[in-house]
This record gives sequence, C-alpha cells and structure tokens, in this order.
Amino acid sequence: MIPYAVSIKYMLAGFTAIFLVLVIYLISLFVRWRRLKRDLQTFEELEKQL
Amino acid sequence: MKTQPKVLTFLTILSVVLFLGALGMVFLFAPIEAVMGYVQKIFYFHISNAWVGMLGFMVAAVSGIFYLVSKDLKWDIVELSAVEISLVFFLIAIVSGSIWAKPTWGTYWTWDARLTTAAILEMIYLAYLLLRQGIEDPERRARFSAVYTLIGVISVPITFLSIHIWQTIHPAVIGVGSSSSQGSFGMTPAMLITMFFCLTTFSVVFITLLWYRIRLGQLAEQVDQLKYKIMQ
Repeated sequence: MIPYAVSIKYMLAGFTAIFLVLVIYLISLFVRWRRLKRDLQTFEELEKQL
Repeated sequence: MKTQPKVLTFLTILSVVLFLGALGMVFLFAPIEAVMGYVQKIFYFHISNAWVGMLGFMVAAVSGIFYLVSKDLKWDIVELSAVEISLVFFLIAIVSGSIWAKPTWGTYWTWDARLTTAAILEMIYLAYLLLRQGIEDPERRARFSAVYTLIGVISVPITFLSIHIWQTIHPAVIGVGSSSSQGSFGMTPAMLITMFFCLTTFSVVFITLLWYRIRLGQLAEQVDQLKYKIMQ
C-alpha cells in the first residue's frame, strides 16, 4: 500500500503536469491566432495601399 | 476569416462544463483505490489523454487518405491539426503515466514494451512536424505528410496492443493484461462510470480543439496567400 502522503503528492504532481501542458498549448493557440490576425490586418492595409 | 460558428461556441462551453464535471467525478464520485490511494486518480485523465492522442493520429491518417484522393490542401490542414493536438494529449498521457509509475513501480521510466512503443509513437509524430518544416512547396509537403501519416499510424495499434503482445508491467484496462503487470486494480462500477465520463469529455475537448486548430491553419493559409499576392 502506498502511504497517504506519498500518494497525494504524486497525484498533485500528475494533475499539475496535465494542466500545465494543456494551458501552455491553449496559450500557444491563442498567441498564434492573435499574431496571424495582426499579420492579416497588416497585409490587407498594404494591399490597399498598392 | 469568418466569425466563430455557433456550434463551435457551443462545443467550447460544453467542453468546459464536461471538463469541470470530469474533475468532479474524479475527485468526488470515484472511490479511492485501496492499494494505490489518491495517485490512482491520475488514471482517469491518463487513459483519456492516451485515447484522444491515438484517435487524433488516426484522424490524421484518414485526412492523409482524403488528401491523396482529392489533392485538396484543406485535408492537409486537418491532418496537421490532428497531429499537433494528438502530440499534446499523448505527451500528457506519457508524463502523467510516468508520475503515476513512480510510487507504483518505484521508477518514473522503464523500457517496458508499452512505454517504449508509446515513446516511439510520440517521436514518430514529432519528426513529422520537423520534417514538414523542411519542405517549402505546399503540395509536395502535403503529399509527403499524407504518406508519412499513413505509415506512422501503424505504430498506433502496435502501441495499443503492446501489453497483449509482449510481457509488460503496464496494467491492462481492456482485456487481460500480462501476468507480470504491476499496478492493476479491480474497477468498481463508480470507477468505470468515471472512466467513461472522462473518455467522453476528452473526446469532446479534442473535437473542439481540432476545430480551433483547423481555423488557425486556415487563417495561416489566408495570410500566406495575401503575402504571396503582395510580393508578386
């Protein structure tokens, strides 16, 4: 049997890792989306000027 | 880029609600396993992430077939999106499994058949992303990627069945595992309900994220086309 303190420590570590990776990926999606939107806006303005 | 479809907004809300529900099921509904204690609760998210990881690799292969048949680059975007999301989910499965293994097996990692095939699977698709970056021509890149995913997907059933093919210490959830497995436990009805709830939740989260990632790919293509037009 795994001692209570050890078991809870690894459970917290596991869920922290799960959330961390998921949050990092969600942030990366959001950042890339914002960058592309900005690029699109810039190119559209450039196209109008040309 | 079109405004966000209402169905996607609905899926986003549903994903959040289901995710919170899954957390509630894991911590408030599922019983604490007698031998492993709280650390066993990782299992519900571990198996769900592994499932959607493998599902995504299969979606990528099907998209690869659609691309090869139709030569429509939209399938290349779907394929890339599915691989990227699956890599994230499968990484979570590997990391969470390693953390569970430490108190259960006494080590974070061992070159066991399941762990090794899972690591190879992750690396195959990581290489897919790296190799794609080396090809400039979109059509050549899409053709190469489609063929790559069709070959790469062979590693999915190998990874899934590894615990039944080889002697392994990894416990089996479906079917009878290896006699040398360590960390197996009898699932109570409440544990089974929680497991299926988590599997459903992560499947919905996968679909939602896939949709967002496809939209991102479409936006990137739109930017590229405009850039090309201006530079002409």
